[in-house]
Amino acid sequence: MTRLPLRELCGYRSGDKADIANVAIFADDDATYELIVREVTADRVRAHFGDMVKGDVRRYEARNVRALNFVMQGALGGGASRSLRADALGKTLGGALVRLEIDVPDELVRHRPRPDVTWAREILSSRR
Amino acid sequence: MTVRVGGGQGFYGDTPSAVESLLDAGVDYLCLEALAELTLAILQKDRQRDETRGFTRDLPLYLDAALPALAEGRTKVITNAGGINPTAATRAAIDAARANGVSGLKVATVLGDDLMTRLDEIRGHGAALEHLDSGESFDTFPGEPLFAAAYLGARPIVEALELGADVVITGRVADAALFLAPLVFEHGWAWDDWDRLAAGTLVGHLLECSGQVAGGNFSGEWWTIPEPWNLPYPIAEVEPDGSAVITKPPTSGGRIDFDTVRHQLLYEVHDPAAYAAPDVVADFTSATFADLGGDRVSVTDVRGNAATASYKALLAHRAGWAGEARVAFSWPDALAKAEATAAIFSERVERAGLAVDEWRFEYWGVNALAGPTVPATDHEPPEVVARVAWRCDDQLTAGLVARELVPLSLSAPPAGFTGMGRGGGRPTELLGIWPTLVDKAVVDSHVTVTVEEM
Repeated sequence: MTRLPLRELCGYRSGDKADIANVAIFADDDATYELIVREVTADRVRAHFGDMVKGDVRRYEARNVRALNFVMQGALGGGASRSLRADALGKTLGGALVRLEIDVPDELVRHRPRPDVTWAREILSSRR
Repeated sequence: MTVRVGGGQGFYGDTPSAVESLLDAGVDYLCLEALAELTLAILQKDRQRDETRGFTRDLPLYLDAALPALAEGRTKVITNAGGINPTAATRAAIDAARANGVSGLKVATVLGDDLMTRLDEIRGHGAALEHLDSGESFDTFPGEPLFAAAYLGARPIVEALELGADVVITGRVADAALFLAPLVFEHGWAWDDWDRLAAGTLVGHLLECSGQVAGGNFSGEWWTIPEPWNLPYPIAEVEPDGSAVITKPPTSGGRIDFDTVRHQLLYEVHDPAAYAAPDVVADFTSATFADLGGDRVSVTDVRGNAATASYKALLAHRAGWAGEARVAFSWPDALAKAEATAAIFSERVERAGLAVDEWRFEYWGVNALAGPTVPATDHEPPEVVARVAWRCDDQLTAGLVARELVPLSLSAPPAGFTGMGRGGGRPTELLGIWPTLVDKAVVDSHVTVTVEEM
């Protein structure tokens, strides 16, 4: 067993509806999907976000795309048009979720590749 | 017959620059989704300043791009750019046609989503209008509503197409319904053909955020997306049986594959097995996706269930005024300085007797975005920006709070103190959103479709 943050195993996307945020995480293969179904419970996600999320967290499964979808009530400081948060739309909550660490059996240990933004640095260095 | 629909806009402020390649690739319908929840609040403020506004004012820019194809009969445009004033949007569309020297087209205006003047009547019909998420009674609604709009479905758009409209302008029609409507019209789907309605809704959901299905906001290997400065907008090729291929124009930018598509599938979705659209409850978990390669992903087997008896509606109320200020600190002890400055600032405000209803303290570079999910660490950040935001009852107080920041230029903790926004920007008005449900029959009886020459 190795303890890994979900960022090594899963993609993510998050968004808002009023004061509710949803965060979806995506596994790349069936075995990893079974692992996150087992490990990443609504209770763990609720605890991970602490006082950032005021209400309930519900989990939905979308097995056809190997995804878990977490719907978090009271997660945006009152909703986009009312919130004092810099990220009032919850766009960054996906990144916050994949910080969560789980125990991963050795055969599923993986490290998602890190960005190579050489192209961006080339563009930036050409600017005056 | 295959129907090709394109998603040419994902929000108010999106770029029309990718529309041309959609039209070059050929789309039978160009659907422009302009309304997020937040957008109605923006448009409400706009209409408050000027009665002739309240629609998304980038509509003419989109029409400038689409009018040549419209005039040649190569495409039709469907948009909810009408916002909370579709009639004004239609005027703007007619002006755009005239300015482009295009005539002989038909524009349809869909009205009836606006419930503002009907709230008493609707409550008289027995609608409780309770808060959809919290269950709070409408009796606790704070003050007077600023807008009230129901999410209409595809039916009035289909009616407009049956009347020969080339351009259909609506107010608050549900995003995906803009895309479902031409599929119902072209394929002749029945209003109780739940599986096909669900398929069209799923397709619409995938397309409604423009570039977001083609490599935008993508958490996979995002840095490998080709030409991200040239992100394409998506196309769906939809068959009469509801099966579809999601693709993009053959330009050099962007990517559509299983991963980009599934990211979008769950975007702003709650229960994926019961996506409650106005016209159907779609089961997104029933769909089968196949990556065909070459930026083509097929979607088949979508199942749906009967639509509910109500529309979702959004109401808004005033929620005070916000101000914010940002101050940057350098190493050493950047976080400690940021915290101390935020505390000193708020203490000055309290001592000045200014009534602040809510404070927000963020430390950019530390945990401003991710809050308690960031573990405490001994690592000392090289730079930290303190962002302080506050909410007050009125505009004047929110502005006075900002002024208390200015003296800190000389009296705050040391080193690299850079005032950003000099006492903060001007206060902005906050609006609370009140989602609710309204019986469909009560809304539908007032929905109208008007067609005129443009």
